[in-house]
Formats: sequence, C-alpha cells, structure tokens
Amino acid sequence: MKAWIAFWNILVKDMRSYYLKPPNISWGLLFPLVWMVMFFIRSGLGMERLADLLPGLVALSILFGTTSVLSVTVTFEKKGRSFERLLLAPISLKTLMLAKTSGAILFGTINALVPVFIAMFLTDLSAINWAILIPAMILIAVTSTFLGLFIAVSVKEVFEAQTFSNFFRFPMIFLCGLFFPLEQIPVWLRPLSYVLPLTYGADILRSAMGQVSSMSPVLDFGLLLVSCVFLFFVSLRNIRRKWIA
Amino acid sequence: MTKEYSNAIEVAGLTKTFNGTISVDDVSFAVQPGELFGFLGPNGAGKTTTINMLTGLARPDAGAIHIGGVDCTQQTRAAQHLIGVVPDESNLYPELTGFDNLCFCAALYGLPKRERQNRARRYLDTFGLTQAAERKFGGYSKGMKRKLTIAAGIIHNPEILFLDEPTTGLDVASARQIRQLLADLHHAGTTIFLTTHYIEEAERLCDRIAFIVRGRIVRIDTVENLMRQTEGRYVVEFAVSSHAAELCAAMMAEFSNLQCRTVAGGGIRVESSEPVRVGPLARFLEDHRAEVFEARKIRPSLEDVFVDITGIEAGVMKQEKEKVKAGGGA
Repeated sequence: MKAWIAFWNILVKDMRSYYLKPPNISWGLLFPLVWMVMFFIRSGLGMERLADLLPGLVALSILFGTTSVLSVTVTFEKKGRSFERLLLAPISLKTLMLAKTSGAILFGTINALVPVFIAMFLTDLSAINWAILIPAMILIAVTSTFLGLFIAVSVKEVFEAQTFSNFFRFPMIFLCGLFFPLEQIPVWLRPLSYVLPLTYGADILRSAMGQVSSMSPVLDFGLLLVSCVFLFFVSLRNIRRKWIA
Repeated sequence: MTKEYSNAIEVAGLTKTFNGTISVDDVSFAVQPGELFGFLGPNGAGKTTTINMLTGLARPDAGAIHIGGVDCTQQTRAAQHLIGVVPDESNLYPELTGFDNLCFCAALYGLPKRERQNRARRYLDTFGLTQAAERKFGGYSKGMKRKLTIAAGIIHNPEILFLDEPTTGLDVASARQIRQLLADLHHAGTTIFLTTHYIEEAERLCDRIAFIVRGRIVRIDTVENLMRQTEGRYVVEFAVSSHAAELCAAMMAEFSNLQCRTVAGGGIRVESSEPVRVGPLARFLEDHRAEVFEARKIRPSLEDVFVDITGIEAGVMKQEKEKVKAGGGA
C-alpha cells in the first residue's frame, strides 16, 4: 500500500509537471498531425487510402510522445539532484522506475490515439481489430518509454539526452517499416531493422488495421515484450552501476 | 519514541574508492539512539561520501553499515524507512509549491493524503513558511529553500536524521533558526548525524564529534572531552600592521615560553600554558616597528582542538567550503 501511494504520487507529479504542460500537449497533438498531412500529401493517395498510412503514424506518435519528455526530465532531475530524493525513498528501484516511466507510457498511448481519432472522421476504419490495436499501442508505448529510459541513464546532460534520442529515433522512422515495407529497405540494412523493436510494433499495427504484415502478431508481441524487458532491466542495471555507485 | 536497537548508526571498516583514489578509508564509529553526532572535516575529507553510503545513495567497497539495527547494504529500503536526509544542497522540485513539495515527499514514505496535508501545514508553520506555502519552490530565497528542505527531510518523522552542511551559506538569522530547530529535534529524541565545517556550530550542538581528514577518522570523542584538551591553555591574538611572520619568529626567540603563529588577516596568535600578559608583548611588537591595532584574549575553543588534531586551519576550511558553495559545487 505504501509503495502504491509513492508510485501514484510520482506518476501524478510527473503528469502535472511535465506531460500535461501546454507546450507538451500541443507538441503531442501537432506532431502526429503534421506527419500525417506530410505523408498523405507526399503519397498522393486518396482519402480512402489514408488508413494505409495509419500504422506508421501511430507508431511514430508513440515513439516521439514517449521518448521526447522522459529522457529529458530524468536527466534534468538527475542533474538538479531532485532524483536523489526519489532514490532515498524506501521504495524498490523497480517500483520507482515504473512510476517514473508510467507517465510517458500513458502520454505515448494517448498520443497514439490522436491520428486514429482524426482518421475516424476521414476514412473507413471498420477493418481495425481493436482487441489487437489497443494492447499493441500500449506495448509499443512501454517499449519506446524504456528506450527513452535507457537513453536517459546513458547520458549526463539534458542536451545529450536530446541528441542521443534523435540518434535512435530518426533512423527508426526509415528502418522500421513505418511508411514503406521492410522489403524496400536495402538488404544490408535489414538486419538493423530487425534489431529495432519498433519494427515489430509497426508490424502488429499493420496486422491490427487489416493490412499485410511480415510476421504473426504473436511473434511480434513476443519480440516486443522481450525488447521491453531487456531495455528495462539494462536501464535498472545501469542506474545501479552509475547512480548508486 | 521506543528504539529496539543499541546503536542508531553502526559503521565498521567502511571504505570507498573513486577512480583509484581512496575517498573513505576504513571508517568505523557508532552513534547511539538520540545522540547528536557531528562529523567534521575539511572539503573533500569524505563527509558527503560517508553520508551517501549511510543513506543508500552509494555502495561501499568494503565495510558494514547498520542503521537502526538493519543492515543497510543488504536491506537498503528497510533502512531508508528509518531515516530522513537533508542534503548539502536543496533538492526539492522548483516547479512545485512549498506545500506540494512537502506533500510529495511525505507520499514517498507512503503517508495517506490527509496525514500528508496536515503534516505539511504543520511544518510550514513551524518553519515560518505558511505565507509562502502556495509559492513555487524555485522562487524561494536561499534560507527559505534550506528550511523547506529540512522540513521535507523530517516530514515522515524519521528516527534518524542525516544533515549535510545544513547552515552553509545562510544568513545569521536563518542559520540560528535552523540550529534551534536541530536542538529541538535532538531534545525530542531524534538521532542526528550532522556534517558541518562550522566548528562553533558543532561545539554548540553536538554530543560527540568525529574528525575526518583525507577519508580517515582521526578522533572521536565527546565535546566535553575534546574541550578538556584546551584546559590550561592561554591564547592572545594581535592584529598587526605588517610583517606578521617575522614578528612571530622574533617573539618566539624573545619569549621562550610562548608558541606563536600567524593567522588569517595579518594577525599573530600567541599561546602559552601560563597566563599571557598582553602589555609586554604589545610593547615588544611596537618596538619592532609594528602597529598593534588590537590585542584580545581568547577562550580556547573546539576550533583549537580541531587545528591541533588535524593540522588544518578552521578558517581556511570555512573559506574553502564557502568558495565551493558559491561556485555551485557540493
């Protein structure tokens, strides 16, 4: 119960202090919207084909929604020493980091619903399997958030967090098959695509939206889950090694 | 407050190395329940590293730590339930109000909402911060920040409180208020582990003091016993116009029963095991073409004991620390 009180209050504080700030909300709404319009215009497709772009846009919204804030805020709190206060609290490191990342997961998931919500008014989304889509969005948000945590733990300065985030994020837009199939990526780059968890996330989203996917959703979910656990535990190990040294 | 342990803090053979440099070297001590224990040393002596290890923010390379009977290296969370920590720099959230900061800190220890709010209001009142309760912490003055950081450290009523340099850089009034608060907590039975470089502060507040230099404890004793070392010592300080070092040497040659040394600000400090007569010494200085601005007899203090034991000038230590603080360092 005591750990739950701490968990909930860390989450609420982070939501109020970081995620629900007007600039962050506007970024969260604007970013997917701009990408949506950009790809739609670039593709030259009609409104009825808007759904084809949706998996990539949802994945992108989650990726940027989760990683933008978390890596910066954790680095900021670490530098300002307020993170020390959390490390001094009698809660396990796992609970603490789950509380710190829950805000980003929630924000990323809500962010992902923006393009879906807009598309509802513009095209037919009856092919969507919501039972797969919603868990997929949450799992992608968790994995992306843990990627943000991994980045935050790897850097010391706030500007490094931004640079390191972009080092991962921008290649992922092109390597994870968000807007074109993996088959179109040069063969020598493909192994890199399969290392990046968002590849499996985008694949599940395609499957959930009734489009052709490369792998079975079960395999995609499994691999995404493995990435998620791996990133979380590597981050925890790095925190113990670097911050409680 | 009932304590089920014989020592509130028990440390044995604590050692910590950073990049090949020994920061804390085989440190051992015990703090009794309800005791106010001072940990004194110059900048870089290993005070903060020791506190970090005792509070679970750093892992020792060797040694054992027991906090309230709990093995801190094995059961860090259990030990953290018993302690409150006030770091050397305020580490609350600048974007939260004073009230919200206290409520948040209380929540980290699992206190229910109503209890958190009641305690936050009470501590804001105790520290004279009620008027600033709804202001953001980032806009507080240095003294107010320090007070709120202390309030945040004790909001969960810890049995053992760690304070790292609580009054450094504060104005006289705020520092006095914080000292009074520490004295009140001490009287209420809280065990306090205090690091400071203000020796007079330690002398006034602490029951026992450990001197730490270059990572090693050089002496642990009660203030009473330490002060006993100054019995039968007589000290006079002269403020002179110039060449204090030469005058010092000349005085030692002339008066064989005196120990002389220069002190910061162009002064000469004269010590003897017999009462010192100021007149002959002042005349001696004037005969050596020195203008004497001031001569005053000084009651030997803990600072003298510190200098004797560590060989470090307390004034230099204080200046160093203030410089580091002003530069934003730890």
